[in-house]
Amino acid sequence: METFLQQTLNGLVSGSIYALVALGYTMVYGILGLINFAHGDLLMVGALVALQTISLLNSAVPGLHPALLLIAGVVTAVPVCMAVGYLIERIGYRRLRNAPKLAPLITAIGVSFLLQTLAMILWGREFHVFPQLVSTTPMQPIDGVVVSPLQIFTIVVAFALMAGLMLLVNKSRLGRAMRATAENHRVAGLMGINANGVIAATFIIGSGLAALAGVLFASNYAIAHYAMGFTPGLKAFTAAVLGGIGNLPGAMVGGLVLGLVESFGAGYIEHLTFGFLNSSYQDIFAFIMLGAVLIFRPSGLLGERVADRA
Amino acid sequence: MTTTSSTLTLPAGFALDQRVQRPLVILLALVAPIVALSFGKSWVRVLDFAMLYVMLAIGLNLVVGFAGLLDLGYIAFYAVGAYTWAFLASPHFGIHLPFWIVLPLGATFAAVAGIALGFPTLRLRGDYLAIVTLGFGEIIRIFMNNLNQPINITNGPQGIDSIDPLVVGGVDLSMDLSLFGIQTPSVVLYYYAFLVCVVIALILVRRCQISRIGRAWAAIRDDELAAKAIGIDTRAMKLLAFAMGATFGGVAGGLFSAFQGFVSPESFSLTESIVVLTMIVLGGMGNLAGVVVGAVMLTALPELLRHFAVPMQMALFGKTLLDPEVLRMLLLSLAMIVMMLVRPAGLLPARTRYAHRDRRNA
Repeated sequence: METFLQQTLNGLVSGSIYALVALGYTMVYGILGLINFAHGDLLMVGALVALQTISLLNSAVPGLHPALLLIAGVVTAVPVCMAVGYLIERIGYRRLRNAPKLAPLITAIGVSFLLQTLAMILWGREFHVFPQLVSTTPMQPIDGVVVSPLQIFTIVVAFALMAGLMLLVNKSRLGRAMRATAENHRVAGLMGINANGVIAATFIIGSGLAALAGVLFASNYAIAHYAMGFTPGLKAFTAAVLGGIGNLPGAMVGGLVLGLVESFGAGYIEHLTFGFLNSSYQDIFAFIMLGAVLIFRPSGLLGERVADRA
Repeated sequence: MTTTSSTLTLPAGFALDQRVQRPLVILLALVAPIVALSFGKSWVRVLDFAMLYVMLAIGLNLVVGFAGLLDLGYIAFYAVGAYTWAFLASPHFGIHLPFWIVLPLGATFAAVAGIALGFPTLRLRGDYLAIVTLGFGEIIRIFMNNLNQPINITNGPQGIDSIDPLVVGGVDLSMDLSLFGIQTPSVVLYYYAFLVCVVIALILVRRCQISRIGRAWAAIRDDELAAKAIGIDTRAMKLLAFAMGATFGGVAGGLFSAFQGFVSPESFSLTESIVVLTMIVLGGMGNLAGVVVGAVMLTALPELLRHFAVPMQMALFGKTLLDPEVLRMLLLSLAMIVMMLVRPAGLLPARTRYAHRDRRNA
């Protein structure tokens, strides 16, 4: 029972981060029908920029309150990522909007690679320690279950951001324009919506969320390096597909489900396979799940779109 | 309707007679290692790797360029071939089978893996297929990395070493050979062995491309629904593409294993899949000559960079700002982005895209 509760908690923490990243994938896919492979790498950019700010500030003004450092990190990481996201769309994808499907996809892979290379140049190839700015002192609300304030913080922030995004998309003018553009670019244009602007805004918002997810991710694993974005990016994509790509609540549900499956999988795989496989196989769950969803229910848990759009 | 030509389309002004072109290419391929040898053995090694990558690119081109199935897990088949050789011809399990058993077995296993990947993904296309194949490649890599306990199968991240070299007709290619009194280094011997494989692959794929099968693939690539409607068995054709592409990957993997004498999961990362994809994109997807040119270019260029960029940076700045590995990654990513934006058909575009009306008379 303790293991069960503990794994649920761990699953919720990683799941809520996946969900945040998945929202970015799903928004872009909903509007452009494009998998932005570079989205996961924006998470990395966010984490490393935040780390840079925090360490600079820490050495300039020693003894600052950790909360201030964290805020400073976020305040620099989010705009930088937004700018990068905008540039990617403007330079890379906009010109390819009417090209055959393969072209933007390969460009996206190239951009992902490029971001990693640039990060490698700027921050080197080593693993950086990301400071623990929210306390990680374990608490034991229930016997045998360990919770840290950082974990609670992660879940709360992630859910607050998701709620904020839902409000934005469902209630604001921009949100309405986004939904209209997702429905049909040209008709939205006829209705006086600046489709290019809306697409750029989508990229910017998604990139901002990725930056925040990056800071949360790096805080939780206490690590940042140039290739850290790739695997969470893939998992977030899996989450988006799982929930039904193009569907915002789906992405959140998908993220949480994936986080839980992974955490239970890692926790119980040794028992299930009689010790043949162990928790180092954790990453295969996402890929197997992705394959299974695409094959058996390509529209995802909550989605209605078909997978057959090449 | 004309078929895609495999001859090089040189820019105007450098136009060569077709009759001159072919012997010239053959001559170039034959003397390349001898020329390279005068600059040092390491350059011949680069050529050897170029041949392996050509092989891989030919296989991936078959899947992506001919049949239009974007496969990002292609390197997994290379891994299957390499590990088959490592298992069956090394002290790891104490088995030492000759190459004419191991190589076909590796190719067969790779083909089976290709079908195993292709079968469940038949309904998927475009980016969905790309991401599932990517996941497949990662799963294979995770297993290679972790199958060292409780039973040691792959030896985990340490990899397997002392793998048997390629022995053809009693000649051990890992040893220098004295031919008519001329000392021929091992790397040169390997080059010609690989060249033979590449030529066989090229002929096979070329024959396929201009056969009914190749036309069926092109039809699926250009419009799957229409292809189905005119009676093409799209399932069988896609599986065939996956299996054939994987076979080439498997053969290349086996040769790589024998040439290196060492395999580890490191060599089969996603980056490698993307490197091979970039070769195709750069050279010209669907065009065999383009694929060969792309593969050779992207193998040789990073080596040239390695050779010249570091001393140049030392001379200019007094230190190395960008190490060769970073430069290689930069080159690859820029190649992908710039090619897609500026010249999406590649350096040597395929002459005829069957379904494009504007090119019909080309």
